[in-house]
Amino acid sequence: MNKLKVAVALGATCAGCDVAILDLNEKILDVIEIVDFVFWPTAMDFKLDDLKALKDGEVDVGLYHGAIGTEEDEEIAKILRKKSKIVVAFGACANFGGIPSLTNMPYESKMFDVVYKESPSTSNPEGTLPQKETEIEGTKLTLPGIRKRADSLNSVIDVDYYVPGCPPMVPLIEQVVDVLRVFVEKGTLPPKGAVIAGQDTLCKECGRTKPETISYKEFVSPQEVKEIDPDLCLLSQGILCLGPATRSGCGALCTKMNVGCRGCLGPTDKVDDHGLKMISALTSLLEVEHEEEYTEEDFDKLLEKIPDPLGTFYRFTYGVSMISKLHPDKEE
Amino acid sequence: MDEKKKVGVFVCHCGRNIAQTVDIEKLMEKVREKYDVELVEDNMYMCSDPGQNLLKESIQAKNLNRVIVAACSRDMHEPTFRSAAQEAGLNPYLVEIANIREQVSWVHDDKEKATEKASKIIGSTIEKVIRDEPLEPLKIPVVQRALVIGGGIAGIQAALDIADAGYEVTLVEKSPTIGGHMAQLAETFPTLDCSQCILTPKMVAVSRHPKINLLTTSEVVSVDGYVGNFKVQIRKNPRYVDVDKCNLCDDCTAVCPVVVHDEYNQSLSPRKAIYIPFPQAVPASYVIDEETCLGIDPLICSKCKDVCLVEAINFDMQPEIIEEEFGAIIVATGYDTYPIENIGEYGYGAHPDIISGLDFERLLSANGPTQGVIRRPSDGKVPKTVVFVHCAGSRDPAKHLPYCSKICCMYSTKHALQYKHLVHDGTAINFYIDVRTAGKDYEEFYKRAAEEEKVIYVRGKVSEIIEDGDQLLVKGVDTLLGEAVEVHADLVVLATGLVPSKGTQEISHLLKLSCDSKGFLKEAHPKLKPVESALSGIFIAGTASGPKDIPETVSQASGAAAKAATILASEFLEREPQIAQVDPTTCGLCHTCINVCPYGAIYLDEGVRRITVREALCEGCGSCAAACPSGSIELKNSTSEGIRAQIKALLQG
Repeated sequence: MNKLKVAVALGATCAGCDVAILDLNEKILDVIEIVDFVFWPTAMDFKLDDLKALKDGEVDVGLYHGAIGTEEDEEIAKILRKKSKIVVAFGACANFGGIPSLTNMPYESKMFDVVYKESPSTSNPEGTLPQKETEIEGTKLTLPGIRKRADSLNSVIDVDYYVPGCPPMVPLIEQVVDVLRVFVEKGTLPPKGAVIAGQDTLCKECGRTKPETISYKEFVSPQEVKEIDPDLCLLSQGILCLGPATRSGCGALCTKMNVGCRGCLGPTDKVDDHGLKMISALTSLLEVEHEEEYTEEDFDKLLEKIPDPLGTFYRFTYGVSMISKLHPDKEE
Repeated sequence: MDEKKKVGVFVCHCGRNIAQTVDIEKLMEKVREKYDVELVEDNMYMCSDPGQNLLKESIQAKNLNRVIVAACSRDMHEPTFRSAAQEAGLNPYLVEIANIREQVSWVHDDKEKATEKASKIIGSTIEKVIRDEPLEPLKIPVVQRALVIGGGIAGIQAALDIADAGYEVTLVEKSPTIGGHMAQLAETFPTLDCSQCILTPKMVAVSRHPKINLLTTSEVVSVDGYVGNFKVQIRKNPRYVDVDKCNLCDDCTAVCPVVVHDEYNQSLSPRKAIYIPFPQAVPASYVIDEETCLGIDPLICSKCKDVCLVEAINFDMQPEIIEEEFGAIIVATGYDTYPIENIGEYGYGAHPDIISGLDFERLLSANGPTQGVIRRPSDGKVPKTVVFVHCAGSRDPAKHLPYCSKICCMYSTKHALQYKHLVHDGTAINFYIDVRTAGKDYEEFYKRAAEEEKVIYVRGKVSEIIEDGDQLLVKGVDTLLGEAVEVHADLVVLATGLVPSKGTQEISHLLKLSCDSKGFLKEAHPKLKPVESALSGIFIAGTASGPKDIPETVSQASGAAAKAATILASEFLEREPQIAQVDPTTCGLCHTCINVCPYGAIYLDEGVRRITVREALCEGCGSCAAACPSGSIELKNSTSEGIRAQIKALLQG
């Protein structure tokens, strides 16, 4: 049996996706049985030149994790595409831009100010900012430039399959391994564009019971609740949970721990804008029984209890959201 | 999907309504140029016969399979054009309306821009119509029986009309007798007929009608189902007296030791724990007030039972749940009056001689607590000066009811006039803001009181009423003279307004009927559908939807009955098929849709673990589709993809 040549490339990432692959534990042996890693800089000693040295199309499967945050990320993604028969967007960042894409909110210059000058833990009296080029003692040093937007992988290259999650959970990676095995053994693949995760939403696998009416008076953080009912829908207990809008497949890891779903698997196939859909559902349910008694101000007060709404509803999907398009880059 | 979409666009001039702001010629040219359409035609009035014929002939001549009529709001003529298309052999759901009147010509002046906008609206509608699938209306069998909730004059009239039309009716009334507030009134304006005399024949007719099943001391506890097929649970509370055995001998009240306020007489007189609300009560039977009776659990006293020769009394009666199916429901749950206890400036209802209009009705009534002699509650003296305060607690958005209750001016005028008839040397003073007499013969009635019967009308509000010796000092202002006025009165009658009854509030929750800001039931359309609720098959009659006088209430009742009868008259109902559908592959069973559906049309089918739409109940409002967080719900012929395409067409240059 010919082993699959697999490359794992990365962009703006925390490398949690790499760790997630290693989290397969002993199952990693199954992976090694069918896979030869020809490029995986996080885990082994590879340089970009190793990837460049491969023939076009020589890599069977190229996994890419992380957002496209720098010019270099984009370049690596394009090289991976050229070298790979199949490209898989691996993890929330590659799928939707992920957490790095929240930087699309402030514009580049402002983002630099926030990170390098204004953050409370930063001491930068000279106000030095990252430069693409700088000369130190006659030597020219270069850094990849930061793009205006941190984007999903499919905004720069053609992507064949998607594995969402922050990071993709072991059951999902096992599914990927199964897909690879079928590919090795039978040569068949899922339809292009397939998302390797559940089709429906988290509620279906969460297992908590839904009360007759889901209606909440206020939002609370889990730590504010004296005792969380472990069997009752978190939303009905006032704990913000993106489960209703979020693709299933994780096995309800967070909600089992009394933590509301953060939405890392993104929306279903039917939905373009994850956060908007959740906001729409949430506000439809908000005090649904007493709607008529509430004024706009009352509702505003309720909603004020949601900390950082953008970061809450778009934690992983801001990069592909419709709302991010409302922020044209005026500061050019 | 494969057949070529042949779209025909028909542009209506609507006389000058559209044509004066939209350049029709230019619009047609634009549509021909920009969009893939088979034909563009226009007509002066598309809704006219020639207009409809043009549509029909073009469908056949050009083999059109999609039609757009660019005209007025779809609320107006969508059915017109859909049936015209159907006559020409086209599925009616392949016809769409592009609203270029309400949304274009009526709201814009700039002809060029308006024409451009009209063209875009048509373009957007093309995106919809080419995605439309042919649909068939849903057919729903009808239970040919009606439920009327509330046994006041509205419920009585509605029940009689439906029964006379030949359908079975169940009339449910909470209290032990039908008759409602009208049974409490003395005479009625402007004709001064005795209220009881005109009401009781109808009450008797209800009790005798073979098609009417009367359930008193009963409440609706749950309503399920939908138009044509409501499943209703009614709790019949025990009356503890067998209606069929009771011979009205009145022996029981003589021995009953429990004395309580008589609510029929507005607590101005006592009654016993076993009683008959009033002599002409229907059903004609005594009833035991279980709250105060000493015979019901624990059995302390059974004096009435001991003297009842016909053995009509049974302390062991239990509530009974009756389950029945109905095709239509009429809600006639009436009103309460605004409590005078809420009105601080007039003494919070604490002074016995400051009474409400309804209290005064009882004092005027021949069968009232004073046998029709006007005596004031404090000392029983005949009052020589009576002040009637109009708008007591009404038209006062800061403190009380913001609205006008329509009938108070007239009933206060009637009160003053009747008082003058009974106390010839008495003085009646009416303080008013405006005297509103919009009704047949109402103005004449008011003139008669003011001019012939010498009722004094003072234009101004009463600011305060205080006790002064054994009289009341009424302080107010005469706004015509611009002077402060102080009057000593023996009795003050507050003309309080109407508020939704408790029963109205309860039934609105039970039936999921929406209410206006005042808590009255909302009509489907305030002008064109005054007796329909937003839920099909449920109708509203009388004061449940707002203050009304008796003639208006009775005509509403007949209207609602006629509406209900149109449903009962058919074996099957046709319903719009543009309803919600759920894709189970992406649905996560999050219950959001169940919670937001205003019609109770969505439920989780536990058996197959699927969210399911009750087709007959779904009104196609789209609330669920908007709220569904997994994007699994769409309305038929309104897919997300289609809506996006429509928006795109509107935004594109």
